Amino acid sequence: MFPTPLERTSRSWQIGYQSLLPVAVIAWLLPLLAVAMFSVKPSSDFTGGDYWSWPSRFAGFENYGRVFTDSPMPRYILNSFMITIPTVIGAVALSCMTGFALGVYRFRFNLVVFFLFIAGNFVPFQILMIPVRDLTIDAGLYNTKLGLVLFHIAFQTGFCTLFMRNFIRALPFELIEAARVEGITEFQIFWHIVLPLMKPAIAALSVLIFTFIWNDYFWAVVLTQGPQAQPVTAGITSFNAQFGVAYHMLSAGSIVAALPPVLMFFLMQRHFIAGLTLGAVK
Amino acid sequence: MTDTTAAAPHHSWFHRNRQTITPWLFLLPGILFFTLYVVYPIIQSISLSFYKWDGLGEATYVGTANYERLASDRAFTVSLFNNMKWLLLYLLAIPAGLFIALFLNQTVRGIRIYKSLFFFPFVISQVVVGLVFTWFYDPNFGLLNGILGAVGLGPINVLGDPALATYGIIAAGLWPQTAYCMILYLTGLNAVDPEQIEAARLDGAKGWRMLWHIIVPQLKPATFIAFVVTIIGALRSFDLISIMTNGGPFGSTRVLSFYMFEKALSEYGFRMGYGAAIAVVLFFIMLFFIAYFLWSMYQDEKGR
Repeated sequence: MFPTPLERTSRSWQIGYQSLLPVAVIAWLLPLLAVAMFSVKPSSDFTGGDYWSWPSRFAGFENYGRVFTDSPMPRYILNSFMITIPTVIGAVALSCMTGFALGVYRFRFNLVVFFLFIAGNFVPFQILMIPVRDLTIDAGLYNTKLGLVLFHIAFQTGFCTLFMRNFIRALPFELIEAARVEGITEFQIFWHIVLPLMKPAIAALSVLIFTFIWNDYFWAVVLTQGPQAQPVTAGITSFNAQFGVAYHMLSAGSIVAALPPVLMFFLMQRHFIAGLTLGAVK
Repeated sequence: MTDTTAAAPHHSWFHRNRQTITPWLFLLPGILFFTLYVVYPIIQSISLSFYKWDGLGEATYVGTANYERLASDRAFTVSLFNNMKWLLLYLLAIPAGLFIALFLNQTVRGIRIYKSLFFFPFVISQVVVGLVFTWFYDPNFGLLNGILGAVGLGPINVLGDPALATYGIIAAGLWPQTAYCMILYLTGLNAVDPEQIEAARLDGAKGWRMLWHIIVPQLKPATFIAFVVTIIGALRSFDLISIMTNGGPFGSTRVLSFYMFEKALSEYGFRMGYGAAIAVVLFFIMLFFIAYFLWSMYQDEKGR
């Protein structure tokens, strides 16, 4: 193991390291901790110009309560879920199929199609912006959740295909060969043999795509406007306009907006990291 | 339609060619979607960059006029230059992430929690990161000036100063990006061959020499991915700029992605052709890196 494991170092460095850890993590998260503290301060603290002292009393419940009762925030959050969940399902479903095709079969253009998906996934959003916006308007889907979902599914298919195909390549191929000898149809191989083995990849990819789509801002601004379709990343700017300099509310609103992917991450941490670091080890 | 064909599907055309047809059937929905929303729009954007179009009426062909205008557009030069700053400085996330990963690569009680907390910034949306850092930099009550004041410096208005604003935004972007690189390296470090380390230790290698000659070469796959995601992240920067400065002060924080959006969908009328030309320039910068990534992956595929 590198660096030298702690048990093999001097006693003083062991103590030093153990006390350095919490200090380092607090320093790392300092900007965020400040916002968390703001969000539980009562408004009177701010009107008194007293930003940095400890909250004079805990006002978390009323601040966070107001985010949900006095603003369209619940609407935005709901929109975010209604955009994110169908996208996850759609992109994972499409890429299970594309990944299967590219991972299992050897045919001409296999690598060409694969590289096309990868290249598309790296493209800057702006080169797609005008045509995708026009396409969405022409289809009557501008400012709808569906318009956003369809685009996200299509675009995420690039990354998901890369992921799924590499995962399937690592599966034992003899299993598929054996099934073919048994005379099982290709579709049954997909459904009964490969798909069950893909469960960890599906879990990892779902968590990742959930986070990516929840956090999308650019396409939300390009394809939607107003509370009926906008997700929370875009909605937070109008939330901020509504509350002006009420920093306790702005802080509470930001934390609410950031929370779902954070929960997702802490609940599904193993899958999340497995997904993110695929390929980091050979 | 006789009973024999239904009872003996084993001789059907589909069955004989199933190994060839099946992959294309499975690819079809994905390829259709991807072509409609990604491949075809790229071609459309490139073609649009030779037109003048307000988004509503008829588009008129103007040849390379949009590109010629770019050459003398100061806002474009500023954006391009800022993109270079983003590219170079964003790469700091890679050594920074490696450094934190080395710091956290221990097995003490509660280390898992510390690793998660260090990774945490990556999970938050860039919009919230932008807001958090806007307040962090605030000249009146921001924590940064609080800290600077405590040691007798400042106050500075990071986002209000054209000379500093871009660096302030890049620093905010480095926060989640470093977390991402850290997690890549933590995974990579897990897989480093312990026998090689022990052998090197017996040979007297330690510290920097050990890191550089034994560890870093084994982390190559992690470094490659860190490099890919960092380059892409740097060239995709939009959210932070839009939230933190909206391109200002005096347009000093614009990058190509932001300037394109501004031109194409500005409140003073849409200039789609000009916007498309900016996007094409950004696309070709990215294409250079994409080509390199694909080439590396191709070498890998051949080696299998």
